[in-house]
Parts: sequence; C-alpha cells; structure tokens
Amino acid sequence: MLKARKVSSVELARAVLERISAVEDKVKAYVTIVGESALEAANAVDEKIARGEEISPLAGIPTAIKDNMCTAGVLTTCSSKILYNYIPPYSATVVKRLIDSGAVVIGKTNLDEFAMGSSTENSAFFATRNPWNLSKVPGGSSGGSAAAVSADEAILALGSDTGGSIRQPASFCGIVGMKPTYGRVSRYGLVAFASSLDQIGPMTKDVTDTAILLNAICGKDPLDSTSVDLPVPDFTKALRNDVKGLKIGVPKEFFAQGVRSEIADAVMKGVELLCSLGADFRELSMPIMEYTLPTYYILAPAEASSNLARYDGVRYGYRSEHSPDVLTMFAKTRQEGFGAEVKQRIMIGTYVLSAGYYDAYYLKAQKVRTLVRQAYDEAFKEFDVLISPTSPTVAFGIGEKVDDPLEMKLADVCTIPINLAGIPAISVPCGFSEGLPIGMQIMGRPFDEETILRVAYTFEQNTEYHTKKPLL
Amino acid sequence: MRLSKAEVEHVAWLARLELSDEEKQRLTGHLNEIMVHFEKLQQLDTNEVAPTSHSIPVQNVYREDVVGQCLSADQALSNAPEARDDYFVVPQVVET
Repeated sequence: MLKARKVSSVELARAVLERISAVEDKVKAYVTIVGESALEAANAVDEKIARGEEISPLAGIPTAIKDNMCTAGVLTTCSSKILYNYIPPYSATVVKRLIDSGAVVIGKTNLDEFAMGSSTENSAFFATRNPWNLSKVPGGSSGGSAAAVSADEAILALGSDTGGSIRQPASFCGIVGMKPTYGRVSRYGLVAFASSLDQIGPMTKDVTDTAILLNAICGKDPLDSTSVDLPVPDFTKALRNDVKGLKIGVPKEFFAQGVRSEIADAVMKGVELLCSLGADFRELSMPIMEYTLPTYYILAPAEASSNLARYDGVRYGYRSEHSPDVLTMFAKTRQEGFGAEVKQRIMIGTYVLSAGYYDAYYLKAQKVRTLVRQAYDEAFKEFDVLISPTSPTVAFGIGEKVDDPLEMKLADVCTIPINLAGIPAISVPCGFSEGLPIGMQIMGRPFDEETILRVAYTFEQNTEYHTKKPLL
Repeated sequence: MRLSKAEVEHVAWLARLELSDEEKQRLTGHLNEIMVHFEKLQQLDTNEVAPTSHSIPVQNVYREDVVGQCLSADQALSNAPEARDDYFVVPQVVET
C-alpha cells in the first residue's frame, strides 16, 4: 500500500498517533510516545519512495518497542523506578535493525518491572489494560506491546520472552506472538532478566507480519556472543496454506495443571481443523513437564539476581539520597528503586546461589533443564510440531491474583518449558471464552521456525479469529 | 526446610538490599511458601544427568582482536546520578 502510494507513511503514522490519542487513556499501553520523531522517520520513508528508491516491507510501518530494549536518546525505563530517568546512548541491535529497515518507532510500551510478571500490573508506573475488556489484565510481561497491537495503537511490536512474556500476553490480547529459538535474535541492548532464557520476538496482528518482522531481526550479531551464526531463511516463504502429512503431537501434560475446559476444547478443535487439512495428530506424554515450574523459578531468579547486581546507583538510574557510605547507598538505592516482585526474585536468586544451597537448588535445576530438553528432542523425533494451550485461562481480572504469587506464576505453566529448552513457539488466536481471546501454542524443533509459521499460517487462513477486533 | 528471619536478613545483605521490617516479614513468608515447591525437584534422580547452563551449544566465540567503537566518556557519564570531570562520584570510601 505504501509502495503503491495509496497511503503515505506520514498518513499512516498520523493515523496511529490519532488512535493513540483516542484510546490510550483507557488502555495505557505506552510508557513513552515519540510522536515527533515518528513523523520525521515516516517523512524520510515517503521521500525515499518519492525518489523511487527500494524500500523494505517494514518501511513506514508504525512499530512499538517494549520498554526494556535500549533506544538511543529515548527513555528506557524497564517500567522500574530504578531506571526512571535512563536515556541510553545506544540502541539495541533489534531496534537498530528495525530503524535501518525504515520501520517507524512510535513509542516504548509498558511491562512488568524488569519483565518479571504475567499481568503488567508489576509496572512501577501504571497497569496496562486488556483492550477486549478494560477490567482484565493484558497478560505479561509484554502486556503493553500486546495491548498496543490489539488496540491498533501500533501495527507491529517487539516483546521479550523469558518464560512466556510474548506468547501469554499475545494469547490474552488476541494477537500473534512468537518466541524464536534462543540465539536466533541478538539480545544486545535488551535489559537482561535471565540471560539464558530471554529472547526477543515479534507481536503482530497476523502470521504474515510475524514472518516479515522476524526477517528483519534474526541473524548473528557480533555484539552478542550467544547469537548463533546460522543462515536466516526468508520466513515469508514458509507461509504456505498446507499441512499435509505433518505430524502433530499433543502432550497431555499441557492440558493438566489448571487448564480450563473451554481452553482445552478450543485448542483441540484447532488441532482437529489442522487434521482435516491433512495433518495427523497423536497424544503423547512428557512427564517431566510437571517439574518445569519449580525449575524455572530457581533458574530465572538466579540469573536475575546476578544481572540486577548492576543497579547500584553509581552509573545510571535512581540513587538514594543522604547515604553516609557506599554500601548503604547501594542497599538503600536498591530498596527504594526496586518493586516488590523484583526484590522477591533477587532474594530467591541470591538464596539458591548461596554457599550451601547451590547444589541442592541451582545445580539440581540445571540438571532438570537437561531432562526437559531431552524430552523435547525425543518428541521431535516423531512429531514435526507440538500443540498446546498458550495459557491455562483467558485474561484474568486486574488485581485478582496480585496477592497470590504462586497462583500468578501458574499463568506461565504452558509457556515456561519452551524457554528452558530454548525451542521456538508461537501463539495464535484460536477462539473466545466470555468475550476474551484464547491462544493456541505451536512449538517446533530448534531453528525450525519455518514449520511452526507454516502451521500457524495454515490455521489462520482457515479460521477468522485473527480478524476479530476489540470494541474500544 | 524453613527460612528464618535471620537467614532472610543474611540473604538480603548478600544481595545488597535493605529491607523494611514489613518487607522482611512478608518475604520470609513468601520465600518459605515458594521453597516448598522447589523441594519437588528432589523427587527426580539426576545423578547421571549433566547440567545445562545454555540451551544452545555455543562455545569459544572468538573475534579478531581489533579495537572497535565504544562509548565516549561523555556518553558513559551521561546518565550518572553524580559526576565530576571524567569520574562517577560516590560517597567517600577512604577514611581521612
């Protein structure tokens, strides 16, 4: 449309900014909006088009960035008081790649503080609301990005996923969200939560947009030694309406642990639809899944406690005043700067790494992680993809689970195993319950994003769930 | 396995985290509740299992030993709560 000059980039950016003015009061998806620089970037794309230059498929597209990815010259807060004034002098590699592709950055979206949470209620600033029902949470931690895309306050968004933080909010907000294989996307400039689990990924209105965005952000980055040096395929070529002969595994453990019957039904209807289009499915058992929640809640805080040691009030961010000495300054800065959830995870992480407990907790969890990966490797010998619900429930009410840390953590029970194993997974809308979207999770072999995109695309082409919009 | 308030205070000290009395009390409760769930992992025999610290087998990532671009002193100091000349300023460390 932009290439054919049916609409200009500036018109598109204006339309999105107007939409933000109209609904942001209700949704509260953004921490920072950069309207002026967005219009400038859009104008530059229009000039390129006018000169007849080649433009990328992302050029001129209004895009939101989760506020834990560094953006040069733009506030990057992680929705934390401790980074309330942080303006990075550099951009994350993903942000740089998007800007180089001509994407128009609209703003920075709200999250659970340091990406720790499943509802975006842990933001130090405000809670984001679910566009489908403003009394419900948008999911978390990329709740701002999910709500922005769902409410048409952005065309595309980037999220980050440590235990489900892209897929679960995508599911709650009725959009597509994908966690690529660990190492596919550079984490340089992503504020680290749990480095061996974090991965950046697309949050979009449909599977085609996910493939386009993935094309732009994947690939080796010399600035991130854990990014893998593998060829990046053109993911849009995987978008074929064809699942004939594909083997789908349905692990029964993903349908236990509090999964509501209406969710299980919607997902199984999705599996049956894929089978009617030529795929085969069989149930399988992965008993190790029962152990993934405690494993994750040892490993993620352990890594977080180490990553968050850098917030000491010396080089950036908040600093407590009136500290007589440096150690008091560190301790007070961290007391005043971090929210309750972050403190809890730092405490868990410090404890499980401390002398005397390391073997019993941290090392044990690392070993269980091996078993989780082995279970997936075994399953993928027989199946091309595995399918499960993305979340055991639809979006819950704001405030409903705040006081129950364990209940809240169960919201991630279907998504966490994927991060432990490092494999890719996508969530696509597959139904509604009580007017709220349901997500279906499609998991794939490491570095085989193409097959899960093909399955997701086929499902989307044969259903209409992704075309439904919230009334705001 | 029960964590005492004193242990919580010790862990907070290791984490350089000052906690109010109310926080200590709440965290002691929460941590104990969560630790109970961690015990579940002891049901698994992992004696013969190697630990995984990373899900992809990336090892020995080398690059040419050449100087690249880095932040200037001004950029590095641009977010400092307090800076003087080319230094970050912190409360006095050395006793006079």
